[in-house]
Amino acid sequence: MSTTVEAATEIRPFHLEFSEEQIDDLRRRIAATRWTSKELDESQGVELATLQALARYWANDYDFGRVEARLNALPQFRTEIDGLDIHFIHVRSKHENALPLIITHGWPGSVIEMLEVIGPLTDPTAHGGDAGDAFDVVIPSLPGYGFSAEPTEVGWDPAHTAEAWAELMDRLGYTRYVAQGGDQGAGVTDAMARMAPEGLVGVHFNFLDAAPRELLMAALNLRLAFSEEDRAQFGKFTGIFMRGYLTEMGEHPQTIGYSIVDSPVGLAAWMLDHDADSYEKISRAFLDGTPSGGLTRDHVLDNITLYWLTGTGTSAARLYWENSRAVTAAIKHSPPHVSLPVAFTVFPGEIFQAPRHWVKKAYHNLTYFNEVDKGGHFAAWEEPELFASEMRAAFRSLRDERRSS
Amino acid sequence: MSSTVETATEIRPFHVDVPEEDLDDLRRRIAATRWPEQETVRDQSQGVQLATIQALARYWATDYDLRRFEARLNAVPQFMTEIDGLDIHFIHVRSPHENALPLIITHGWPGSVIEMLNVVGPLSDPTAHGGDAEDAFDVVAPSMPGYGFSAKPTGTGWDPVHIARAWIELMRRLGYTRFVAQGGDWGAQITDVMGAEAPPELLGIHSNMPGTVPPEVSKTLAAGPEPSGLSPDESRAWKQLNFVFTKGIGYATEMNLRPQTLYGLADSPVALAAWMLDHDARSYEDIAAAFDGHPVGNLTRDEVLDNITMTWLTNTGISSGRLYWENTLGFFDVKGATVPAAVSVFPREMYQAPRSWTEQAYPNLIYFNEVDEGNHFAAWQEPEIYTNELRAAFRSLRDERRSS
Repeated sequence: MSTTVEAATEIRPFHLEFSEEQIDDLRRRIAATRWTSKELDESQGVELATLQALARYWANDYDFGRVEARLNALPQFRTEIDGLDIHFIHVRSKHENALPLIITHGWPGSVIEMLEVIGPLTDPTAHGGDAGDAFDVVIPSLPGYGFSAEPTEVGWDPAHTAEAWAELMDRLGYTRYVAQGGDQGAGVTDAMARMAPEGLVGVHFNFLDAAPRELLMAALNLRLAFSEEDRAQFGKFTGIFMRGYLTEMGEHPQTIGYSIVDSPVGLAAWMLDHDADSYEKISRAFLDGTPSGGLTRDHVLDNITLYWLTGTGTSAARLYWENSRAVTAAIKHSPPHVSLPVAFTVFPGEIFQAPRHWVKKAYHNLTYFNEVDKGGHFAAWEEPELFASEMRAAFRSLRDERRSS
Repeated sequence: MSSTVETATEIRPFHVDVPEEDLDDLRRRIAATRWPEQETVRDQSQGVQLATIQALARYWATDYDLRRFEARLNAVPQFMTEIDGLDIHFIHVRSPHENALPLIITHGWPGSVIEMLNVVGPLSDPTAHGGDAEDAFDVVAPSMPGYGFSAKPTGTGWDPVHIARAWIELMRRLGYTRFVAQGGDWGAQITDVMGAEAPPELLGIHSNMPGTVPPEVSKTLAAGPEPSGLSPDESRAWKQLNFVFTKGIGYATEMNLRPQTLYGLADSPVALAAWMLDHDARSYEDIAAAFDGHPVGNLTRDEVLDNITMTWLTNTGISSGRLYWENTLGFFDVKGATVPAAVSVFPREMYQAPRSWTEQAYPNLIYFNEVDEGNHFAAWQEPEIYTNELRAAFRSLRDERRSS
């Protein structure tokens, strides 16, 4: 609890430190894992061989100091918004006129996903870009994720988080900024775009969060003519529902919560089972040592280790419960349309490759649309350079307006 | 692998013997549980509540006798026999009475033969339990593949239809030429399938979770809207099932799609206990009440922990969940049983099957009764009511048996 308004809106530097005891306990638990029998079919979930390879590498070869070292190498802060401490990374570009950008991660991700894009975005001249491409980057941890506090009351749905992000950018003194997100981060960014807070001039998505509502409605009302390509993508879109985590965390996050807070391999398996493409890539990283881009064993374990050591598996899962309530509410009271400029990048390994007219249907003011040739659901994590160059291209027109205004 | 036909079909006595080491490990793990923070609601709408599971863990680690389930199982005759390459564990209690009616009872998920231990006596020995000698049953209660002490399948294909066929084989192997079958939950699906397979030996079936939903109604569940023209009973059933399919299906969806991903169930006793408590809203309420010191019926802390402890020690949390992956039948849909069928409707079951739907679902309905007490775990929670229902349900089939 803060005692004064000053204290509440204060932005405090943050430095993390895990105790040796916590790390020893984690090592002990991994070593003491009681395993289940092998799956009977590869479609039954995370395969035993993959998870055992992960556990072996985690306990024996992985450097547990990595998360601490990587995060502490960056300027991190905490500030209280609506009674909740929000953790964020904030890197200012050395270039003048850098465009402020707030990037929101999703589940089962964290700020760890974004670490490799910070350099290219804030310091473009050191990464093959021009000074005119520079961003100031703000990367918050969602409520209940990583070093942000865990909500103790209901209500932290994507819209509430979107309001908090607008407040955060305001508090940082930014009067003109853009926002980006995939996965749950797309949900938060979509909500920001709909509420259009003062200062937000455009958004970029690498996941079409607006699809479930707009697309399903369109499909039901037959207002969209379904071409062969549409049908193929619609089939892939329904693949979202071919994972149980969505239903379980949407209904009873607390129940699965006991498993993912008490068992490191329980947590790791739950986090690996997001979508077919990323699971295959991560599986290859552990089984064959052939990672896809930035989805290396170390990077994957940085993220899982962060979840474990902060004990946030359950609080992170609750976002789906909140989201499910928000979606139900949105059916009754549809949110305002997005009139801000929207940019969209289609990654080929994403759950579905939204055709341009689906995105256009959801966001009328589509100012940028591009299909790239590599990368999946965890776009920034897997292909940081490609992701950074998409940000540069997507927001270039908004910079021009800025200069001329 | 068996070397001869004789050994394969052999029926071997079975005795549970849990190493002390496994109990020590379990105690250690419960004590070392790392807990999440409390749910952000004040009810069960986010799942198993922290206060409930912590009360369970406390009682489990300190007061509960970890050898209880072992003693209880070893007090009844247990056997193993290999069917289709898989060792099947079963309880088999022959009645002291002549002309006892052979009955095979199938448990469900997250249950086991533990659910049935309190009905074995009343069913097989009615005169010692307020019944008549003519009410006697020979009781066979098998553990489903991947559950308890039955072996875990190492290949796919053990779906409810396969299990139903194995049970028919089991009854034949025991020498029964005429028998009846009963079940709830998965046991109800398997029993319904047996009723559809209708082997000549099967005189009839009884279900406490009947599949009755007409196909055109089933299609509207979770998709909505409620069909027009339903009677008040049907409308209530539709609303109850619609709740199940929209708010209470997460565990089933996960086990249907990705059972293997639930590694925590093998590694964390508390994770397993929570997963097993979260079956349906009403049984959860009753079990939570038990750990709050107010058990409803026979669903006491000890009973609940007997079942969870056996599942932990046999490490069958995930192998039992795989049945959801195997299954292709609609839980509450009509399975096409043609043999004489009896149904008891328990008031706290997930839905109360309307008589109208039940009559359509079972063309040969010989018995339909709505009882006053009991949830999803009918035999477990209300062993007396359940026993009386089975006596009443199958009475007419005994007469036929005698007259034939």
